[in-house]
Amino acid sequence: MMTDLKVQFNQSTSLSDPMLSYPYQIQRVRRESRDTFTLTLQPASGPNRFIFLPGQFNMLYLFGVGEVPISISGNPADTQNVVHTVRAVGAVTKAIQKLKKGDVLGLRGPFGSAWPVAECRGNDMVIVVGGLGLAPIRPAICDILAHRPEYGNFELIYGARSAKDLLYKKELEQWRSRFDFHVNVTVDSAEPDWQGDVGLVTAIIPRACFDLFHTVAFVCGPGVMIRFVVMELLQRGLKMENIFVSLERNMKCGIGLCGHCQFGPFFICKDGPVFSFDRIQKWFNLREI
Amino acid sequence: METLESILAEHSFLKGLEHRYLKLLTQCASLVNFSPGQVIFTEGEKARQFFLVRHGKVALEIHRARRGPITIKTIGKGDVLGWTWLVQPHHWHVDARAVELSRAVSLDVPCVLHLCETDHDFGYEIMKRFSHALVQKLKSLNLQLVDFYDD
Repeated sequence: MMTDLKVQFNQSTSLSDPMLSYPYQIQRVRRESRDTFTLTLQPASGPNRFIFLPGQFNMLYLFGVGEVPISISGNPADTQNVVHTVRAVGAVTKAIQKLKKGDVLGLRGPFGSAWPVAECRGNDMVIVVGGLGLAPIRPAICDILAHRPEYGNFELIYGARSAKDLLYKKELEQWRSRFDFHVNVTVDSAEPDWQGDVGLVTAIIPRACFDLFHTVAFVCGPGVMIRFVVMELLQRGLKMENIFVSLERNMKCGIGLCGHCQFGPFFICKDGPVFSFDRIQKWFNLREI
Repeated sequence: METLESILAEHSFLKGLEHRYLKLLTQCASLVNFSPGQVIFTEGEKARQFFLVRHGKVALEIHRARRGPITIKTIGKGDVLGWTWLVQPHHWHVDARAVELSRAVSLDVPCVLHLCETDHDFGYEIMKRFSHALVQKLKSLNLQLVDFYDD
């Protein structure tokens, strides 16, 4: 039987002043889809190494506009660059979308809990993501692939509205070409040139290949997707404590002070965003929360 | 040795079906292959067979004037292709096209309907399985309506 898995917290999160932003310069902007883009940042001053755990997030501050919590999407082994994939949906993210190489953003972090990637070694891994949910889980995928022989079967099930909305297309192709990583991509509807699946991620879970007693699932995406994916995983026989989810709420301070991201007895920014499902299931289906 | 009956017994749609019913169904079954791009049926056609997919991928498409087809779902190994044969007027309401080399068991609709009429226990068993498959389809459609991947 597998030992108890717990989400991880990065000790480096205890910054000297967690409310102080550091200037980071944009090195690269890559357009992912119509409204989504990926920024690669490097410190403009201060410490030049950025250490984080997969699943953590930063607060990005656009001077004079505002601050937003954005998951870290880079490879944790790369301590030089900080990578964020952002969807332009609000005032701050729409303003960030207009920035170019060389512009400067404020950054504080990393904050929050992490996917228990190292603790899962020895298990089969099932990662189910939808929409922008691939961004916060990409560091976990990089980490697992960097230590691939230490894991069993590895399945990624990724759903998006359409082929145009898929993130990291080149990387997806590279992952698909590996013999030790089973990548399932599905979209809601498609043009005839699409060779992949059409349908929801929940339809792929029943045929995913994993050992029930030695499998850990990571789930990341919109709340409604998480709810139905978890139901499907439980129906396959996975235990709640072996299912990890990443939740999103209105994070403001990042350190559990302001209460904006309260979720039952938890603060998503401090106790999450990654939780084992057994810890939160009592509150997960409450409509008032 | 692999027989048509054993192939039917292995398909997830018929899993657990009594031996005598499998034997009956074998009378209506044949093996078929579809090459990539092959149209299996088109909207409005009379539904003369339905299929139990054993391998490959089949796209269900709706044709849009001047904009070409759009794939609304793909189905694969273990899925049933076609259910509108169950109800009047027994016509297909979408197009089906093999995305890749696909293999299936083809079941002759008049033959299966005849078996259902003459042996109601068999018919009830088949209807229960189709009801389950249809509920799964409906659940999936409901979720697609809520924009599953957008917060």
